[in-house]
Amino acid sequence: MPTEVDVKYVAYLARLALTPAEEEKLGAQLKNILGYIDKLNELDVTGIEPTAHAVPLVNVMRADTPTPSMSQEDALRNAPLQANGLFIVPKIVE
Amino acid sequence: MFNHLPLSELAQKLDRRETSARQVMEDCLAQIDRVDPKIRAFLSLDRADALAQADAADKALASGSNHKNQPLLGIPIGIKDVISVKNQPLNCGSKILGKFRSPYDATVIEKLKQAGAIVFGRLNMDEFAMGSSTETSAFGLTHNPWDITRIPGGSSGGSAASVAADECIATLGSDTGGSIRQPAALCGVVGLKPTYGRVSRYGLVAFASSLDQIGPFTKDVRDAATILSVISGADRRDSTSVPQPVPDYAAALTGNIKGLKIGLAKEYMIGGLDPQVSAAMKAAVKQFESLGAEIVEVSLPHTDYAVATYYIVATAEASANLARFDGVRYCARAEGAADPIELYSKTRGAGFGPEVKRRIILGTYVLSSGYYDAYYLRAQKVRTLIRQDFLKAFEKVDVVLTPTTPTAAFKIGEKTDDPLQMYLSDIFTISCNLAGICGISIPCGYTENPKLPMGLQLLGKPFGEETLLRTAHAYEQATGWNKVKPALEF
Repeated sequence: MPTEVDVKYVAYLARLALTPAEEEKLGAQLKNILGYIDKLNELDVTGIEPTAHAVPLVNVMRADTPTPSMSQEDALRNAPLQANGLFIVPKIVE
Repeated sequence: MFNHLPLSELAQKLDRRETSARQVMEDCLAQIDRVDPKIRAFLSLDRADALAQADAADKALASGSNHKNQPLLGIPIGIKDVISVKNQPLNCGSKILGKFRSPYDATVIEKLKQAGAIVFGRLNMDEFAMGSSTETSAFGLTHNPWDITRIPGGSSGGSAASVAADECIATLGSDTGGSIRQPAALCGVVGLKPTYGRVSRYGLVAFASSLDQIGPFTKDVRDAATILSVISGADRRDSTSVPQPVPDYAAALTGNIKGLKIGLAKEYMIGGLDPQVSAAMKAAVKQFESLGAEIVEVSLPHTDYAVATYYIVATAEASANLARFDGVRYCARAEGAADPIELYSKTRGAGFGPEVKRRIILGTYVLSSGYYDAYYLRAQKVRTLIRQDFLKAFEKVDVVLTPTTPTAAFKIGEKTDDPLQMYLSDIFTISCNLAGICGISIPCGYTENPKLPMGLQLLGKPFGEETLLRTAHAYEQATGWNKVKPALEF
């Protein structure tokens, strides 16, 4: 398995701004870590079901009835920028 | 000074009016004033609010409430800064949340309050629970009360240290790969990770949703059992919480473990174990045998793959969970972004520390197109093998006994240069979260020169906390390790 990570590309996927120095350092560290993780390839996992969730619960649902939730005031309380009951963000569409 | 006492003794004294909740809270605050400038467990603390809660508890006691109907009445309990307490700061050891204040109480906090506890303080932690030493906190590190040149463990370092230093009667922490059990061992206190789904995660800032659990740090096993009964239970706001009945865990502490089968996994008796830890484990085995337990060798053949599996699964889940910190609805928003993508990238680049960035990048990578099957899917399959190892072992034994950590507390800065070295120190605690089972760390002795705590770990079946606690309690009562306290002479 390749252990060189295209850090720039992955950082873009993760919406994470990195300095060139950070990119370089992370690249080296991740190469080391992925090299270690490679040991998982020693195992034969044919026919093994993946575990996403360690307890035997499936399709936990509740009735589709509305219940009170957070007030708009509470929801906006930690907003970096808000107006008229809205979160203000940079323009998304030209 | 009442802050030195465990919960069970304080409950009696409060019921008998030998002391007041106010007095207990004042004693905790005085201790914090005395030692926390050196230990630095607390990020913040609202004294007025804590004392007001204490006064309310005293009123309740005066009007007929007692610890039968409110098991935690008047007991000061500190909270790791990753659990939401209404109107209190919530920073998760990170700069990115800025001046965030929680708009609601986590379910566990509601339960603590209903039981009469004094919920106070924000305790230091590794940033977003990612770490094993509390060194990745954006607010500075916490020091081990036994030796302030050493780390308290992590990520719940503040929670462990503050109980060890008698600053709180008990605390809550969270455990994703050992973040309760490891600092408990390194600080010489009891730390319990319940079975996944035993305790609601509503109000816990998520790191890895299939691994995270909230649990208590306490001075003894009885207190852990008491708190577990209070915080456990299915919650409609957390669909991963399991509708399993909540027993009276303290009632399970019979002191009798005759005939109990304790498994020793040969894969855990590795080189790299500090000789003093090894010796303490051998002594513990003899102690369990003298209490009438039977030691059985078991095998957990996939132990060696647990750390690798964890660092794929946990980082993958974390990369998804931390996507919400984007500067839109909350966060210290970066200035001057021309478009939303720049807003997210700059806010996150400025706000997250290096360990968090490392894990987000790793997690994003292992989920990305072309790598998902080779890494994430494969890791999920190995997780099945690890879980099966434990379920097979539990057909032969009631609990599994391991060291909690390979060594006692290491020095500040000793492992920060090599992330992989830090990750490998979690080798004994990590499998428990992957398998979804319960685990507890309790003191099992002290190293010499310097005197540092060592912990043993017991691992139990899913929802097997009664047997787990009974086993831990019997050992504790026979050895008295829980009564040893740090000197706190700085």
